[in-house]
Amino acid sequence: MESLIALLVGAPLVGAAVLLCGGKRLDRAGHWLGTLLAVVSFVIGLVLFANMLGRGAEDRALHQHLFSWIPVGGFQADIAFQLDQLSMTFVLLITGVGSLIHIYSIGYMEHDERRRRFFGYLNLFLAAMLLLVLADNYLLLYVGWEGVGLASYLLIGFWQHKPSAATAAKKAFLVNRVGDMGLSIAIMLMFTTFGTFAFGPVLGAAGETSEGKLTAIGLMLLLAACGKSAQVPLQSWLGDAMEGPTPVSALIHAATMVTAGVYLITRSGAIFDAAPDAQTAVVAVGAVTLLFGAIVGCAKDDIKKALAGSTMSQIGYMILAAGLGPIGYAFAIMHLVTHGFFKAGLFLGAGSVMHGMNDEVDMRRYGGLRKHMPVTFVTFGLGYLAIIGFPGLSGFFSKDKIIEAAFASGGTQGWILGAATLLGAGITAFYMTRVMLMTFFGEERWRKAPTPSPDQPSVEPAAETRGEYEPPHPHESPKSMTIPMIVLAFGSVFAGGLFSINEAFVHWLEPVTSFKHGHAPVSALAVTASTIVVLVIGVGIAWLMYGRKPVPALAPRGSFLTRAARRDLLQDDFNHVVLVRGGEELTRALVRIDDAVVDGAVNGTAVSVGGLSGRLRRLQTGYVRSYALQMLGGAAVLVFATLLMRGV
Amino acid sequence: MTSVAAVHSLWTMADGAAGSPLAPGGPSRIPAPHIEYAQLAPTLIVLGAAVLGVLVEAFWPRRGRYYAQVLLSVVALAAAFAAVIGLAAGGFGTTKAHIAAMGALAVDGPALFLQGTILLVSLIAIFTFAERRLDPATHGRPVDSFAAQGAAVPGGEAEKAAVKAGFTTTEVFPLALFAIGGMLVFPAANDLLTLFVALEVFSLPLYILCALARRQRLLSQESAVKYFLLGAFSSAFLLFGVALLYGYAGTVTYAGIAEVVSDGAKQIDPALADTMGNDALLLIGGALVVMGLLFKVGAVPFHMWTPDVYQGAPTPVTGFMAAATKVAAFGALLRLLYVALPGLRWDWRPVMWGVAILTMLAGAVIAVTQTDVKRLLAYSSIAHAGFILAGVIATSEDGISSVLFYLLAYSFVTLGAFAVVTLVRDAGGEATQLAKWAGLGRRSPLVAAVFAVFLLAFAGIPLTSGFAGKFAVFKAAAEGGAGWLVVIGVLSSAIAAFFYIRVIVLMFFNEPKADGPTVAVPSPLTMTAIAVGVVVTLVLGLAPQYFLDLAGQAGVFVR
Repeated sequence: MESLIALLVGAPLVGAAVLLCGGKRLDRAGHWLGTLLAVVSFVIGLVLFANMLGRGAEDRALHQHLFSWIPVGGFQADIAFQLDQLSMTFVLLITGVGSLIHIYSIGYMEHDERRRRFFGYLNLFLAAMLLLVLADNYLLLYVGWEGVGLASYLLIGFWQHKPSAATAAKKAFLVNRVGDMGLSIAIMLMFTTFGTFAFGPVLGAAGETSEGKLTAIGLMLLLAACGKSAQVPLQSWLGDAMEGPTPVSALIHAATMVTAGVYLITRSGAIFDAAPDAQTAVVAVGAVTLLFGAIVGCAKDDIKKALAGSTMSQIGYMILAAGLGPIGYAFAIMHLVTHGFFKAGLFLGAGSVMHGMNDEVDMRRYGGLRKHMPVTFVTFGLGYLAIIGFPGLSGFFSKDKIIEAAFASGGTQGWILGAATLLGAGITAFYMTRVMLMTFFGEERWRKAPTPSPDQPSVEPAAETRGEYEPPHPHESPKSMTIPMIVLAFGSVFAGGLFSINEAFVHWLEPVTSFKHGHAPVSALAVTASTIVVLVIGVGIAWLMYGRKPVPALAPRGSFLTRAARRDLLQDDFNHVVLVRGGEELTRALVRIDDAVVDGAVNGTAVSVGGLSGRLRRLQTGYVRSYALQMLGGAAVLVFATLLMRGV
Repeated sequence: MTSVAAVHSLWTMADGAAGSPLAPGGPSRIPAPHIEYAQLAPTLIVLGAAVLGVLVEAFWPRRGRYYAQVLLSVVALAAAFAAVIGLAAGGFGTTKAHIAAMGALAVDGPALFLQGTILLVSLIAIFTFAERRLDPATHGRPVDSFAAQGAAVPGGEAEKAAVKAGFTTTEVFPLALFAIGGMLVFPAANDLLTLFVALEVFSLPLYILCALARRQRLLSQESAVKYFLLGAFSSAFLLFGVALLYGYAGTVTYAGIAEVVSDGAKQIDPALADTMGNDALLLIGGALVVMGLLFKVGAVPFHMWTPDVYQGAPTPVTGFMAAATKVAAFGALLRLLYVALPGLRWDWRPVMWGVAILTMLAGAVIAVTQTDVKRLLAYSSIAHAGFILAGVIATSEDGISSVLFYLLAYSFVTLGAFAVVTLVRDAGGEATQLAKWAGLGRRSPLVAAVFAVFLLAFAGIPLTSGFAGKFAVFKAAAEGGAGWLVVIGVLSSAIAAFFYIRVIVLMFFNEPKADGPTVAVPSPLTMTAIAVGVVVTLVLGLAPQYFLDLAGQAGVFVR
């Protein structure tokens, strides 16, 4: 069974290699090959899952050691895999949702001439992501971590002919570098502290190490998680990442890659458990981000950006839960999985809408689409109900548990976190209802020509305004797109409920992520009741604002908060003023030092090496006689030196 | 040591001085030597094939000679490699390692490992020898890199006639086989005379091969003459050293010399009564033999031939020479220093440190101002000789295995790099001027990328075999107490990285010139050679451990 683990990573890796190196010959069949290998990986995942269920809870983890990459003294860099319940959960999510999105992309990318390359990148992403969750040590995890970063970069900038896409890819890459730096520092600290990278020894010894070191490692891991999972303060790239093709947004920037931070923190649970300060930082980041993302999501008119804000917010929930320790890990992962279903479904729905609307993304140009796209409407609607936490659907079970755990974390912190998560749930209900109403209900605003708006430069003046306006013809998408949406909708509806029967999911993960019941200061029933109340309020306000009144085709100026939220709560302005300007100043100063000191030394060395080289070159006269003479001299020196050594 | 006595008895008996148990029939009969033919199979197969090749040259019709020779060479090398594997599998590399052929040849781990490496590299090199698609066909016949007729005067009437008649010098294949046979013996030679004979057996064919370039024949012939003269010069030194060592020890076997070095002479041969045990003879003799070997590996100050010969020789020959000769010569050097002269290590180590440092620095520094790809690679090979010497000096088992690994890694990179050089051509044949390589990456991204992989491996960038090799030798050297040698080694690597990366920058970040060279599409032969080079480079870089372990197991000399 162990040998299958490598195959899990190998299948998509081979796919990526073949598709990217294969050249034009594969243009016609490339997407089938890519999809097939993703499905193969999923089937292997299922086989391993069945096999894992056949064993007792305690010995379900499998290990496979492929080879060591230069062991030197204490430095052991193993290429080895570990498949335990946590990894298994991710494997099924990644390959399952990944396969669906491969299938969806067959239809979505049908008219793109670089479709083969697209599937190659998708396979590359799958391989890297699987490597990330299957690694049995932090060093190999880092390889996967960088691999998904690369795949994400390539896919965000897939339509590189658009300057906005190229810029967005660059931005995502740069911001992620900051987080990656954190991970590499954390790994170095681990090595100096524990002398190894492997999960087993590192996490096993975490209890006996000084808290200061663990806090440092924990904070660095958190920095890494912030980068990859778009948490405050490294959140700014996710909105722009929506420039990528929509299947990419669904797979990478909603369901899987952005949750890698949650995986990292959950996997490193033992470190955080022993470093309470780092844990506090984690919950603070989670709480801030879940509100931040939600507020941004309220103001966006671009459907994908609204969903991106929502992703940020939902991952905030997960990070917060993971920061709560043993009372939260299992719920963080559970929410991660259910979120994987409904958010992927929502993105695919958004993609389907765009597909039918000539790639229009402005929700103010939608409206009344439910009649034209019934399947999209129903699946999107189920995802919507799941994310707002409608009782009985997936999101309800997972989010409710996180809110309970937040209250149960104790003391003032518990009340603050509980209030934040509750408020977040309300805002979620508001902005998702807004998306739903603006897209599928109300007046069919797309029938009228758009009016150019001076104060909203983000909306590009449509090409049609120049001539006769021809409204789009919204239509349902092809089967290859709707079937994945339907499958994901099933997951959105039932997954949470299934996981919660007898706390099945919690017990499944328990051997990996120790679990404790939290003791909330208020009863679970009260929490659930207030969640539902908040939900109803959120939906109600949204209906009052966007359901009862017609939605203006042009965005009103809005309050200060709205305007700030439209600009992603001024994150880019902040980054520009503090980091870009500050960075430029720092760079200038460094360049001066560099020119004078470093370059002086380097150029000096280079010039002297070059000069020496030129002079030594002249010894190479080309005359055999001088060569022979040099050899004779050399031999004499050799002999005398040998004799001299004996003499000394 | 019985084998010492046995060999020694040959001479004493020939003098009729003493009766020997080996010669029961009386002093007049020389006993037939006991030869383990099966254990010497790799060498015997290759040399036998070489002899057959000569017969093919004599009797096979000219039309089919090329195919016959290529087939013969490839089959012989593959069979010899299989024999090496068979011997290694039979435990001759480890438990059954012993000295064969009356004390002349060792069959042990290092010998088998290096013979295997030489055979693999040679097999690939033969592929590049056999390449006939790069040069445009003349008079409707495909031609290879070698002169139509070696004996014809360049530019003369005879040459024109030979070209017109479509002659090709298929003699290169038996010549190469003879050279390979000598190289197989070289690292296994267990006495000084065998060492010398092997040296000559592999050197002489190489001198001829160097002279056989199809284009720029004068340059090629000049390089061959230089190589021959200097090679003969260094052989003389080596032979003189052998004589002095014999005078010191009264024997030419390594084990016998080692014994005398550590315990002093036990039985004084009356003819050598004045010289035996004289340390001056030992030191001078040892230094001169080492010098002869340092010449072959191209260590400073015996390196001057390298750039001229590498530049002038036909590029496939250069690749073969750079890769296989280095393996054989370092093998011989290792065995000499570790088996014959280990008792002297406090004397030779400081001197070799000096040689290693000079070699690393001079190779790297002079390469900086080179303008020709082949000369650049020649200086790079000098610098690499210095790095390998660092491992040789470690005087530990790790030192041996790191050198074995380095040689394996380096030989494939070198062969691949020279094979790429044969592809980049303009009207005058290969375009070796570096300036002409500007922008190659824009025109032929694949070829440029492959060359970049080789350059990165030369520079020792991680995930290539060069990194693993360099790491292994430097580690062994540092553990052997030569910390500052490693520091200088790393500094020279940094200097070397400059000119490797400069070529990459030149290829990828400069605008291609309008009259730049084109990249010829080779036959599957050269493609195989390059592909094998890339694969070995990457595999040894990504997963070096298996091969490091293999080299580790092979790293024990039989004494």
